[in-house]
Amino acid sequence: MIQAQGLTKTYGDLVAIQDVTFEVQAGEILGFLGPNGAGKTTTMRIITGYMPPSAGSVRIAGHDVFTDSIEARRNIGYLPETVPLYPEMSVAGYLDFVGRLRHIPDRRERLAEVMERLHLEDRADTQIGKLSKGFRQRVGLAQAILHKPGVLVLDEPTIGLDPRQIIEVRDLIRELGGEHTIILSTHILPEVSQVCNRVLIINEGQIVAEDTPERLKERLKGGERIYLQVGGQHDGLVEALSDIAGVTEIEPKGDGAYEIVCALGTDRRADLARAVVTRGWPLLELRPVGMSLEEIFLKLTTE
Amino acid sequence: MRNTLTIARRELSAYFISPVAYVVIAGFLIIAGYFFTLILFYSREATLRYLFSNLTTILIFVAPVLSMRLLAEEQRSGTIELLLTAPVRDWEVVLGKWTAAFVFWLIMLIPTAVYPILLNRYGDPDIIPIVTGYLGIILLGGTLLALGTLTSAMTQNQIVAAVLGVGLTLLLWLIGAAGDFAGPALSGFFQYLALGTHFSDLARGIVDTKNIVYYLSVTVAALFLATRVLESRRWR
Repeated sequence: MIQAQGLTKTYGDLVAIQDVTFEVQAGEILGFLGPNGAGKTTTMRIITGYMPPSAGSVRIAGHDVFTDSIEARRNIGYLPETVPLYPEMSVAGYLDFVGRLRHIPDRRERLAEVMERLHLEDRADTQIGKLSKGFRQRVGLAQAILHKPGVLVLDEPTIGLDPRQIIEVRDLIRELGGEHTIILSTHILPEVSQVCNRVLIINEGQIVAEDTPERLKERLKGGERIYLQVGGQHDGLVEALSDIAGVTEIEPKGDGAYEIVCALGTDRRADLARAVVTRGWPLLELRPVGMSLEEIFLKLTTE
Repeated sequence: MRNTLTIARRELSAYFISPVAYVVIAGFLIIAGYFFTLILFYSREATLRYLFSNLTTILIFVAPVLSMRLLAEEQRSGTIELLLTAPVRDWEVVLGKWTAAFVFWLIMLIPTAVYPILLNRYGDPDIIPIVTGYLGIILLGGTLLALGTLTSAMTQNQIVAAVLGVGLTLLLWLIGAAGDFAGPALSGFFQYLALGTHFSDLARGIVDTKNIVYYLSVTVAALFLATRVLESRRWR
């Protein structure tokens, strides 16, 4: 659905993004993850045709965003970071305007359908300026899906919402994932693992990692980590454990706790347990340690 | 064209929601009525010629106020992102915006129809100069609004857009005077460029295509430039 090829954007001397290449398959939800200022918004603005890249190209459903711009734009629904609303208009009036701009057939029915779907019926005649942030975000989403676009581009869709609204919006996005190909940007990590099929981590304008949230965790562990806690006196533990095949690193955490790194793809828990117990040391805890997305993110973006 | 009308329609209704529109209409009508009365009492002539030339002066300040919001506000609030990513061409956006302002200007002129009616009731005015005078002021209004659309495309700040608009209009208004210093060869050229010179013929009842072409071409040029300015924002 979306093919971005070597996207580069420079503002004067400042390089906003550099050689960003990725593809999104139909029906996929791709998370665009990165710290603020990493180039997420720039990338989205290029995809949606708001601004051209300095180099590279984007195709949406086969249409080049710049040479075949109008056709490409027909296939995109876009929710920018600042939701583009006219505060003086009513919700229904605004959506009607967008519907006209997009030449939607059977506009009335479609409007009613979308408003029902986003639970906006009660607010149809409310002035947008008087809506809460959560409702505005919903109006923004309504605007983006009105013309049933193949591709939905959502720039920080949950920013500024309260926790309940965030959950609502996430559920909505997951639901929409069935019908649309979605790119969403965020700097909130749980959002990615909850909503997306695939993650693209961008830092300082470059893609630093790309995979499913699960595999990304897997890949970045760099070894199986095991947490071990032993009670009482246990002199010579480090030496004893280092003799076990596959153990590469033993890191004391204090108070009898250790973090043990083993070679990737091995499970040495049984050997570790035996080694401890046969020497008569009380085994208090033994469990695998997974790496959270937060850690991965920090690791990738601070290097 | 359909997109242009969609945008114009929205913009026009936005005019009537904001208080600025009513203030501008009221102010314009008060000043126009004041001039009409005063001129009538002093001249005792059944003509709108002097009123028209006064209105042009007011228009220099009114038009930029009417057009300042058009694109500046869209850029400030971020709604421009909606328009520029919808399947709509940039020129359709610009033309739609200008059309709304122009229609507003026509609406604003409607109440002034009471002046010729009054003159006709109590005197015997020459109808032709009144009609051509209206034609002239309508065209001039369209041109000044196009210049205002251009300055509104240049900034996110409505006030800056208005001030730039007044500045640009005054420059084009007074450029004729520069002709006096430029020597006989260029004098005619500067005279032709000036906004005001083309109006006086129309106010006297003379329809010269040269004048109409002038207003139309400045309008088109300003709107074309506004489109380019809007496009250039994408490249920055």
